[in-house]
Amino acid sequence: MAERPEVPRASAIRPYVITRGRTESEGEPLSWESLVMTAEAAFPASLQPEHLAILKHCEGLISVAEVAAHLGQPPSVAQVLLSDLLRWGLIVTRPPIPPAERADVTMLRKVLHGLESCL
Amino acid sequence: MVSKAASETLAEAGPPPAAADGKYLDSNVSGAAKILVVGPLGVGKTTLIGTVSEIEPLSTEASMTRAGARVDPYAGDSGKKTTTVALDFGRLTIDGDLVLYLFGTPGQQRFLPAWRDLAKGALGALALVDSRDLAASFDALDNLEDLDLPFAVAVNVFPSGPRYDADDIRTALDLLPGTPLVTCDARDRASSIRALIALVRHLIHVATEPS
Ligand SMILES: Nc1nc2c(ncn2[C@@H]2O[C@H](COP(=O)(O)OP(=O)(O)OP(=O)(O)O)[C@@H](O)[C@H]2O)c(=O)[nH]1
Ligand SMILES: [Mg+2]
Repeated sequence: MAERPEVPRASAIRPYVITRGRTESEGEPLSWESLVMTAEAAFPASLQPEHLAILKHCEGLISVAEVAAHLGQPPSVAQVLLSDLLRWGLIVTRPPIPPAERADVTMLRKVLHGLESCL
Repeated sequence: MVSKAASETLAEAGPPPAAADGKYLDSNVSGAAKILVVGPLGVGKTTLIGTVSEIEPLSTEASMTRAGARVDPYAGDSGKKTTTVALDFGRLTIDGDLVLYLFGTPGQQRFLPAWRDLAKGALGALALVDSRDLAASFDALDNLEDLDLPFAVAVNVFPSGPRYDADDIRTALDLLPGTPLVTCDARDRASSIRALIALVRHLIHVATEPS
């Protein structure tokens, strides 16, 4: 993962072609429960409206699935646009608990206690 | 609505939401986990998610390609190459720093491709069973077994449905002895939470038992 994301220039931003041909995002795709939030970086003026629209739903910490629902778009579309924004350093992400830690009993116990405290 | 009341109760009990409208998570949240809620049409998936969720449940339509476009009673246009799967989801923040997402997905066999994506990284699944039609859940249970996703079974008891005892249901659904079986009223928060607790206890058991 890039330490310092390069600042997007107009030429670096591809035209809006989300579903036509671009169903796969570059790199590891964001999962539905990945958490995203806008970065401190200023938005470049050249940003496409679709990207700007998505940034409006990331002003706080939120999941990819929620962004998709607020946008009224399928998660696959949100995944692609968010991956762009991540690459350009305009959002930051907190990845979901990695599958290797799936069976992490500490986390499961925490979920259990959390649920029990709802009763 | 039950879900509205439930989320208000939670908002009162829990810490103040990060944003006034509760759209965003608390900034202390450092990780997310997910559980799938699966089952046949009308079994109570949306109801359960709404009952448990701290936000109004959201929904999204995931599109997917259909491998074999066979005639399907629910698809209006059988010639379509892609179909959409309506997914509902909700969330519950735990201890202020972990968020649990509940994703509801229909159980029919034709939706298996959509499940693969969703099941990746899921802790496990709660399979809802309709007391009026046990057989309607076969597909969902098959899918879970195909995906090797640990699950618990919650029977939603409908007034018009027959009363079975647990052994009858286990036999009808061909459940493994270790698979938890509970009854649940998805409209009731405590009942829904208890079904999730049965699942998570099972997940802990699966994770800790020597294999
Ligand atoms: N008696 C009883 N009724 C329930 C229960 N759960 C849901 N219902 C009712 O059953 C109806 C269908 O519930 P939904 O939550 O929409 O079911 P669903 O699984 O989301 O249905 P689809 O999205 O169409 O597949 C609603 O009228 C609920 O109020 C339950 O546990 N017991
Ligand atoms: Mg539903």
